Amino acid sequence: MRKLALISIPVTVVLLGVTSYLALEVAPTEQTMGDVQRIFYYHVPSGWVAFLCFFINFVASVVYLWKRSAASDAMAAAAAEVGVVFCTVLLITGPLWARPVWGIWWTWDARLTTTLVLWLIYVSYLVLRRFAAGGQTQVLAAAFAIFGFVDVPIVYMSIRWFRTQHPSPVIGGGQGSGLDPAMARVFLANLAAFTLLGILFLVLRYKLQVKEQALELAHAEAALKGGSQ
Amino acid sequence: MQGISDPHPPPVIVLDNLVKFFGRFAALRGISASFAPGRLYVVLGDNGAGKSTLLRIVAGLTEPSQGSLTLLGARRVRDVAHRFGYMGHAPLLYDELSGRENLRYFAGLYGIHNDEAGREAMGMVGLDPDLSRRVGQYSQGMRQRLSLARAVLHHPELMLLDEPFSNVDVHSARAMAAVLGQLRDQGKTIFVVTHQAALMEAVADEWVHMAAGQIVNREPVLRGAAAADSGLRSAR
Amino acid sequence: MSMLEVTRATLVKDLRMEWRSRDAINSMLFFALLVVVIFSFAFNPTAEESRLIAGGLIWVAFLFAAVVALNQTWARELRNQVLDAWRVSPAPANALFLAKTLGNFLFVVALEVLMTPLFVVFYELRSVGPVWQLAVVALLGTWALVVNGTFFAALSIRTRSREIMLPLILFPISIPALLGMVDATTSILTGEASPDFWIRMLAVYDIVFTAVCLLLFETVLNAE
Repeated sequence: MRKLALISIPVTVVLLGVTSYLALEVAPTEQTMGDVQRIFYYHVPSGWVAFLCFFINFVASVVYLWKRSAASDAMAAAAAEVGVVFCTVLLITGPLWARPVWGIWWTWDARLTTTLVLWLIYVSYLVLRRFAAGGQTQVLAAAFAIFGFVDVPIVYMSIRWFRTQHPSPVIGGGQGSGLDPAMARVFLANLAAFTLLGILFLVLRYKLQVKEQALELAHAEAALKGGSQ
Repeated sequence: MQGISDPHPPPVIVLDNLVKFFGRFAALRGISASFAPGRLYVVLGDNGAGKSTLLRIVAGLTEPSQGSLTLLGARRVRDVAHRFGYMGHAPLLYDELSGRENLRYFAGLYGIHNDEAGREAMGMVGLDPDLSRRVGQYSQGMRQRLSLARAVLHHPELMLLDEPFSNVDVHSARAMAAVLGQLRDQGKTIFVVTHQAALMEAVADEWVHMAAGQIVNREPVLRGAAAADSGLRSAR
Repeated sequence: MSMLEVTRATLVKDLRMEWRSRDAINSMLFFALLVVVIFSFAFNPTAEESRLIAGGLIWVAFLFAAVVALNQTWARELRNQVLDAWRVSPAPANALFLAKTLGNFLFVVALEVLMTPLFVVFYELRSVGPVWQLAVVALLGTWALVVNGTFFAALSIRTRSREIMLPLILFPISIPALLGMVDATTSILTGEASPDFWIRMLAVYDIVFTAVCLLLFETVLNAE
């Protein structure tokens, strides 16, 4: 764990420094939105990492229910936590951008609302993990993770319908169709750096969880040996 | 009746290095044992010795942390669920229903849809099948008797009883112990976890002593004809 | 062990016990009544406005009341640890789940039938759209709340502070269903839009989550 951290933490920090420089200084300023558009280089990669983490959480939960391996439970727990962190960044950077550009902090648009609901679902997953008693935590959490993941497409569909049906107050952002090549390069660099950061967090958190499990087991084994004489 | 004919019947329960952790507490510390059929085992030990935990694992209510269990020849307890009966620490009955209604419902869970099984079981434990009182108004002794009736309703060949005499008056307890003796005489295997060894003295075949999550001693009871016979298994 | 037979027997047993004690239905009814009264103090709309907000008010009231009932789903099985007797028996776990879900469904529907007249009176409600569509939305929506609620109640009985746990895990998952119920109800009451999409969405939600519940219930029941 230490060796991995020694190499990957500096690499990720340097990379993030470089990509931040690219995002804040090198990338051309957007014509209509101005500098505030630069938040996009953080916002979208955070979202991508969050969704990746939630997907990993789902897969790990299914594997846990199937194989009952402690490692997959550790992965599920780590992925949910890291996912919630990046999802929080996503939800904070969004309104920061929206206020100057749209003139409002928040709008009940499909993507925003789905993200918020997603965040709520995974926070409740973490609450459940915290409150579940003893040895049952893993099974209960894994079952709930499946409910959460199955719910996401339904949430998206229903909110999209909810919003397309009513006129929305949003002044169209209208970006994305034609991203300037210079912007695209910076964006991809940031995407790569954030993915690396996400994976780093995930792996470190996972290793920590595995160590915690090992510690619990070691304590239990010690109790087993200690009392048997 | 049986038992004598086959000198080495297959064991009812085989425990292989069972370990159970509750957090950092080791409730069972590696139990390996096997138990022959047709005998009445009385499991004794202090609070926290792991008696109830062991019984719950055997009944399939709790998963062991390590080790394995073979129950009636099956690896999965659910596969033989209809062949054993379990009586828990609590009565495992609905207070709002009468005794008959309780038994009728639980019989249904075992696929028994006639009323006869319930009446018979209530008769066996010395309760009036026509009692219309709800279980909530039963005395503790009646409750435990009804709970025993619930556990034997489907004629299981193995019975696991956790503290069947707790809070029961001496009269009821003696009557229940006698019923257990009769059931054993019919060839059933019975495990009784209890603090009150004296109650079981007349009917027990083997004392199983537990301490600190392990079986520390197993002590066959030499009784009456069996003692004269100097055989371990009593001739019934 | 036929699954249907056990489901039926369990449902009948639960209804009989509820009839004798009337724990859930009484507390639920009173709670829902309180919610209606408090809402009518908080919002004092004209007949026209009430059509627009009634969908939300009604369903939030029903949701809160349903949580009170759902929290009691497993209370009887935990008293005297009867659930252990269930778990050692060979009866299929899903029969228990279906019986509990059907029981809760009947309770909550009964509650809705009793509460609706109060809402109509307090808010001078009159539907512009066809009323039978409201019944369809109510049945589908109630099942959506109750099927997950029964499952999550089984999850939350294994946690600390179980009473508060249930809404914490049920509400986020139920958001699309709630959205569907509220919007469909408003569409029908105002008669301005078709509730067809929502009715289909609720049906899909019901089918998907009923399947997930049945798939996972045995695992959760035996988690110990």
